Amino acid sequence: MGELKLMKGNEAIAEAAIRAGADAYFGYPITPQSEVLEYLANEAEKRTGMVILQAESEVAAINMVYGAGGTGKKVMTTSSSPGISLMQEGLSYIACAEIPCLLVNVVRGGPGLGTIQPGQSDYLQATKGGGHGDYKLLVLAPNSIQEMVDFVKEGFDLAFKYRNPVLILTDGVLGQMMEKVELFDQIPRSKEIPSWATVGKPPNRERNILTSLNLQPELMEKHNEHLQAKYREIEKNEIRVETINCEGADYIFTSFGLTSRICIKAAQLAKEKGIKIGIIRPITVYPFPYETYAKYADKVKGFFDVEMNAGQMLEDVKLGVLGKAPIKFHGRMGGMVPTPDEVFHVFEEKFLGGKE
Amino acid sequence: MNDTLHLAENLVYKRPKTLINVAMHYCPGCGHSTTHKILCEVIDELNIQSEVIGVAPVGCSVIAYDYLNIDMQEAAHGRASAVATGIKRVLPEKLVFSYQGDGDLAAIGTAETLHTCNRGENILIIFINNAIYGMTGGQMAPTTLENMKSTTTPFGRNVRKMGYPIKMTDLVATLPGTYYVTRQSVHTPANVRKTKAAIKKAFEYQRLDRGTCFIEVVSNCPSNWKMTPVDSNKWLVENMLPFYSLGDLKVPSKEEN
Repeated sequence: MGELKLMKGNEAIAEAAIRAGADAYFGYPITPQSEVLEYLANEAEKRTGMVILQAESEVAAINMVYGAGGTGKKVMTTSSSPGISLMQEGLSYIACAEIPCLLVNVVRGGPGLGTIQPGQSDYLQATKGGGHGDYKLLVLAPNSIQEMVDFVKEGFDLAFKYRNPVLILTDGVLGQMMEKVELFDQIPRSKEIPSWATVGKPPNRERNILTSLNLQPELMEKHNEHLQAKYREIEKNEIRVETINCEGADYIFTSFGLTSRICIKAAQLAKEKGIKIGIIRPITVYPFPYETYAKYADKVKGFFDVEMNAGQMLEDVKLGVLGKAPIKFHGRMGGMVPTPDEVFHVFEEKFLGGKE
Repeated sequence: MNDTLHLAENLVYKRPKTLINVAMHYCPGCGHSTTHKILCEVIDELNIQSEVIGVAPVGCSVIAYDYLNIDMQEAAHGRASAVATGIKRVLPEKLVFSYQGDGDLAAIGTAETLHTCNRGENILIIFINNAIYGMTGGQMAPTTLENMKSTTTPFGRNVRKMGYPIKMTDLVATLPGTYYVTRQSVHTPANVRKTKAAIKKAFEYQRLDRGTCFIEVVSNCPSNWKMTPVDSNKWLVENMLPFYSLGDLKVPSKEEN
């Protein structure tokens, strides 16, 4: 068993990055995730020699990730919604040039400067591309600090497995709250140099070039086809989903990240009233577990989707259910977090015609 | 060995080993091809091909990697020095340079340029200033001279409306992070040799871990200036050099070397 600690989410991310053997972190302060950079600044270099650099902007930070990631090192950044928006250009280039890296978005309520309170309103940006062009990030949505820790390690593995940026999509509550976590043991920093890395051309190999440009449309289309084939591979291999009590359920509550825990509580309230509720929680929100919804679509009376946004994952839930069952939605926005009571009461109203 | 090389350089024109033998997309007479060539000569002479990593961002030189036989990364518009920072921070023993145009370095990438220099990143920044956006077809650059015509300043750059030509090299020379800052050109063989010597020095300083080296190359754009290559060099002498005067802006003091 690994070391047990009571840790704040943001600090747990930083601790996991050090233990995962990350080589470098480039970031810019933004609430509610600045503790990641602060923790790393204090701990990382002395423990593993990891490079920590506070950039002049998120724009610079993501491009530093591009450069350092392009040398085949384990490189990461973290930010929160407005900062992640600034990184979208860089992410499009990173995805196209196939540079592995890890990102964390500790989401806050938007749009605009919005609020520093938690949100889930970056779901579409995270899962549908975000920047320009046809590309995908592999997106993991933890619902506990333990998962945030584990996903840092697994996120790096996935990033290198597919030469693709991986995003951990979390939120201000998970970033700021404290929970017990079991930490994995220190992984030494790797000395391996991937064949594609730009590290200086030795005489015995062709030069390595990392670029997202091809002025010949025939070749650019080929590269797009290569990327799309990779995304299909990711969709085939990497879907992760948690289901709870879905067999024999009357209704299914569905949500990702923090709200899934609220739904689990709300489902307990329903159980006390004799209503059988199942839970579907996508753990990867790209690739999305459409089939899990399809599997239960003609077995339940309805799906109740709860998110801290205006209904972003709802679009994917609809694609999974394909009209075979009614879907109702409850969303809070602007930094508001629903309570389990609220979720249950809205469910009662929408599906059972209000309180009995 | 050095003597032989020296002799060969004086007697026979040769393509540098690091310069790939393909037709370049640069317009005839453009300073980019000359600068590429001397950069490759320096890489050959210092025998650093296996240590160099280059960064070329958006602009005419975005596909510099088609010509330079070294590991390279292409960067987004304006972000080359941030990308170079990332590379250098994780590979401090390697030699890293960015190769940027005026729109890239002095407009969209101003923040990255200044902060990279201010951190004293131990890299070489080569800044090609031809006072115009070449790749997009001749629009005003941040370095476009007062009253100079471009497709977006058809009546000449009115500095009260469009701002003043910016001297980035002078700006970065004031920053404590820069170690060697110079403004050169490639419009005559003598100037080509001076620029080459500056590039060579900059790589040698980078080995000593002294801070940012910044070389501006005042260059031409025959196509978008709408001149023959010869006329463009004449125009450069008459118009560019009085404003962007050549020479060192910051050199290491004797004790440091």
